[in-house]
Amino acid sequence: MAEADDRTFLGLSDVSISEDIPVEGEITVPMASHSQDEDYSTLDEPVKETIIRDLKAVGKKFVHVMYPKKSNALLRDWDLWGPLVLCVSLALMLQGGSADSKEDGGPQFAEVFVIIWFGAVVITLNSKLLGGTISFFQSLCVLGYCVLPLTVAMLVCRLVLLAGMGPINFLIRLIVVIAMFAWSTLASTAFLADSQPPNRKALAVYPIFLFYFVISWMILTFTPH
Amino acid sequence: MAQAQRRRSTQSVNSWREFEVAADLLAETPGATTISSLREPQGHVSLAADTGDQENGDLEENDQTQLLEGEKQPPNFWTFSYHQSFFDVDTHQVLERIKNSLLPLPSQNFVRHCLRHHPDLYGPFWICATLAFTLAVSSNLATLLQNWREASFSYSPQFHKVTVAGITIYCYAWLVPTALWGFLQWRKGVGERVGCYTFLEIVCVYGYSLFIYIPTVVLWLIPVSGLQWFLGVFAVSLSGAVLLLTFWPLVRSDTKVVSAVLLIVVIALHALLAIGCKFYFFQSLPSRSIPVTQAPLRQVTPPGSSKTSAAP
Repeated sequence: MAEADDRTFLGLSDVSISEDIPVEGEITVPMASHSQDEDYSTLDEPVKETIIRDLKAVGKKFVHVMYPKKSNALLRDWDLWGPLVLCVSLALMLQGGSADSKEDGGPQFAEVFVIIWFGAVVITLNSKLLGGTISFFQSLCVLGYCVLPLTVAMLVCRLVLLAGMGPINFLIRLIVVIAMFAWSTLASTAFLADSQPPNRKALAVYPIFLFYFVISWMILTFTPH
Repeated sequence: MAQAQRRRSTQSVNSWREFEVAADLLAETPGATTISSLREPQGHVSLAADTGDQENGDLEENDQTQLLEGEKQPPNFWTFSYHQSFFDVDTHQVLERIKNSLLPLPSQNFVRHCLRHHPDLYGPFWICATLAFTLAVSSNLATLLQNWREASFSYSPQFHKVTVAGITIYCYAWLVPTALWGFLQWRKGVGERVGCYTFLEIVCVYGYSLFIYIPTVVLWLIPVSGLQWFLGVFAVSLSGAVLLLTFWPLVRSDTKVVSAVLLIVVIALHALLAIGCKFYFFQSLPSRSIPVTQAPLRQVTPPGSSKTSAAP
């Protein structure tokens, strides 16, 4: 046996197996082939499954925004589908406002888009320049998703406005918008404030407050035909 | 006592000798790293020489020289850390700068005492943004408050005012400091005693001096004309005084004409901004008085219809 150890191993070629002893065992390695199957299977799966999986991820993030707890799900698996959907729906709902002249009315579709996306980029740059540790797209993701309460407020406002204008009407809209604005700001602060240095938290939170204030103002001042 | 002194002297002699030995060895092998352990009483110098691996030594030297050079050179304009140096402020520093921009004390120059060669861009940028949005919102609310009793009044958000306000404020906060800085640089070239602040310090002063307009614009919602003018004059004088006190030490050694003209121009532009905002965003529409005078003359036109729907 010592001689066998000294010699270099030549593979199985020099091992002789007597024909009486049956050879048993598994040739396949379980783990490797299983993961290989998984990689190929997401390519081969039906499109419906892919879409449903992505929709579930987006929906899970919506739930995280509505009930903001300190979880990393929003930050870790960021995506920009949710913000895009929210931005487009908010911009669409803000259309159709009354105006005497074309420029005297509410924000145009492009203006809403620019304010939301450019505002989110500026806030992200601001928090990074102040020394924040969050990444660019994570911050965009959080700010975009936290527009959800304000989109709900816009929906409620449009439904309330179907009943006509009036002071009670306005009061309801005011309360709803203020509540949703507070919800948005608190939700995004809960996610983003931890990544800032402690003596600059207020400096990073104030622009977020201003951003949601402007969006709330656009929602509150919306008047239909 | 003498023994302690002798021990101390031998220790110092030993450490000096150790330095000499290390210096000699380093001179022979440039790629070596020295580790001197002072814990041992004799002060051994152990040398770890990587003479076989010249590339490693060169890399280490390059790293060290790069680090040293990095400390001396400021970061490049195109790197992120260059711009990060302008946002290197804490919350309490920003609040203190805002407070100092509201109090023109002759003994406290805003740039020297408050900024202390550490200007930031956070304050100017976000104060301008807040002021632009506050102007648009206040203007809209003022129009609403004036006309909401009119039957023919239809509320419109007037969103274009945000654009106008933003452009005006940002132009003022960036173009005027640029012009001022250029002028001061020119005067510095002409006369030796005139000093100059850096461009960012001037931008910083102007940005923080706009802060007082934010509460002024909110208070302009009160539709009492006399109060509005009083508030405007108060705001202009307060922030104008801060600007004056900031720039006076620079131009005091220049000719009287030039310094007077400069200071007058600074104050005039500041006042012009306030007056312009007041007139454009807070126009008081003469809606109530005209129907009373027109009604007996022309009975065909219904009262108050021609003026209330005019866009401000």
